[in-house]
Amino acid sequence: MTDRVPGFSTLAVHAGAQPDPTTGARATPIYQTTSFVFNDADHAASLFGLQAFGNIYTRIGNPTNAVLEERVAALEGGTAALAVASGHAAQVVVLQQLLRPGDEFIAARKLYGGSINQFTHAFKSFGWNVVWADTDDISSFERAVTPHTKAIFIESIANPSGSVTDIEAISAVARKAEVPLIVDNTLATPYLIRPIDHGADIVVHSLTKFLAGHGNSLGGIIVDAGTFDWSKNNKYPVLSEPRPEYHGIRIQETFGNFAFAIACRVLGLRDLGPALSPFNAFMILTGIETLPLRMQKHCENAKAIAEFLSGHPAVATVNYAGLSGDKYNNLARKYAPKGAGAVFTFSLKGGYDAGVHLVSNLKLFSHLANVGDTRSLVIHPASTTHSQLDDAQKTKAGAAPDVVRLSIGIEDKEDLIADLEQALTA
Amino acid sequence: MNHDSYPDDYIRAILNGVKSIAMVGASPVNVRPSYFAFKYLAQRGYDMIPINPGHVGKSLLGKPFVASLADIGRPIDMVDIFRNSSHIMPVVEEALKLAPLPKVIWMQLGARDDAAAERAEAAGLKVVMNRCPKIEYGRLSSEISWMGVNSRTLSSKRAPVPTQGMRLSLNRTSVGGGETAASDRAAKNRNEPS
Repeated sequence: MTDRVPGFSTLAVHAGAQPDPTTGARATPIYQTTSFVFNDADHAASLFGLQAFGNIYTRIGNPTNAVLEERVAALEGGTAALAVASGHAAQVVVLQQLLRPGDEFIAARKLYGGSINQFTHAFKSFGWNVVWADTDDISSFERAVTPHTKAIFIESIANPSGSVTDIEAISAVARKAEVPLIVDNTLATPYLIRPIDHGADIVVHSLTKFLAGHGNSLGGIIVDAGTFDWSKNNKYPVLSEPRPEYHGIRIQETFGNFAFAIACRVLGLRDLGPALSPFNAFMILTGIETLPLRMQKHCENAKAIAEFLSGHPAVATVNYAGLSGDKYNNLARKYAPKGAGAVFTFSLKGGYDAGVHLVSNLKLFSHLANVGDTRSLVIHPASTTHSQLDDAQKTKAGAAPDVVRLSIGIEDKEDLIADLEQALTA
Repeated sequence: MNHDSYPDDYIRAILNGVKSIAMVGASPVNVRPSYFAFKYLAQRGYDMIPINPGHVGKSLLGKPFVASLADIGRPIDMVDIFRNSSHIMPVVEEALKLAPLPKVIWMQLGARDDAAAERAEAAGLKVVMNRCPKIEYGRLSSEISWMGVNSRTLSSKRAPVPTQGMRLSLNRTSVGGGETAASDRAAKNRNEPS
């Protein structure tokens, strides 16, 4: 008997879940409890000492959340995962394990505006210094490496521009610098791109977007690829050195290829506290069961709408990597052959005012600050998600003042095109 | 045997098949990985024998320490070696002098000695390197899923409520080591001098 590898859709439905041992419930129950009773004093001590598998307190782990964690780890091809309250929480927890005050990390300039803010202001106040690099110029990552560099952070498909990142090229820079590559895979989801297959050491998500998929639940997750050797050069003492709060346990020595996920849980989540509600975990799990079907429809609709906009006389440019002729089309064909995602930008010949006019005349698209919903969404990043950046930063981030961002839903594409048509000519 | 990644069936057959395990390098210090693994495997019903010449006369969780494999004085199924890679060969040589021979040599997470593995395999023993039997048992039973770890197994069956001291079923459907291929590849690259 050889190990058969189930397909992505089978894992999306089954990985991590099994009938509840106590009740036989087939859907994953919502374990809406703060705490879990111990069998006896020895069991309690074993759990607190990380010697036994089991549950203590929902801030550290919860059975509903554990199903979500194993499922996303399986879909990404990682060894383990840790679910947290939001994508932003995932980023704090990851970097807290890797950086000490005064350290640096390199980040792609083309990022979600919220991440740019978090890195520029909040992380700077922790003494974690971001150094920006340009995914269109891989050598800018090489030049940014210093002895203080502890990680490289990129998005697989960048928000809002929809550009596809050359993960393998940046992974080569990370490997040479002996630092882990962190990839935010939110906009691609593992259905379109599995960054670990291309050299990522850590994958993070805002689960809020396509993975949950219905615009109803916040969540984030950290996936450990199990690829990085944390003990090699004393750069990551959190993982390689004895932990005083766990009586001298060394995390990598004890947990091997899922040590990073354990560190994020028993140090990061325990101390910083951004635990995911089990109810949200349940909603996100339900969403993930239909991820493959939804992503197919999202991508099919997005391509049709990008093509429609490209041919429209009021439209100046369309930036969708799925269009042949797009600057990122070759990267999209390599990394995301099943589709280039469903978030992209375009600009109108009428500039900023025409963008505002369009947004206010749309009837089916919702004007709001989210992506990856079943519903089609529209936003003007320069005045919202990226408003706290200056104009130069906005342009570098792909959010120039004349740019409109769309997140295409799973409605009938004919209806979406009709809505855009009427709003463009209104 | 390819020691870079093991099929689940290979590990499953070992953990389902062995009953007695001599743990070389078992530590009485309760924050050492060997202590965790010893305690867990004992709780899951294995007949555990701690081997550590520095602690003879004392006990580990009620099991008296034994100085060496030769001093056990009864047949054992598996030798689990909690020593650095550089100390593996003498232990394997000692194991190969036992009569009857043990069935399995297991080297802990981080420990690998390909020459020692070859010797043991030539004598008909199964060998596992750079793995932890606690982690593998927890993975194949899916007990480790509580920690958000990818067990790489699936099951649509209702499992019994786990209680202390219970043997768990390891016979879930394997998703296959291929699903964490990246980690296996990285381990292989680390073992090959560049």
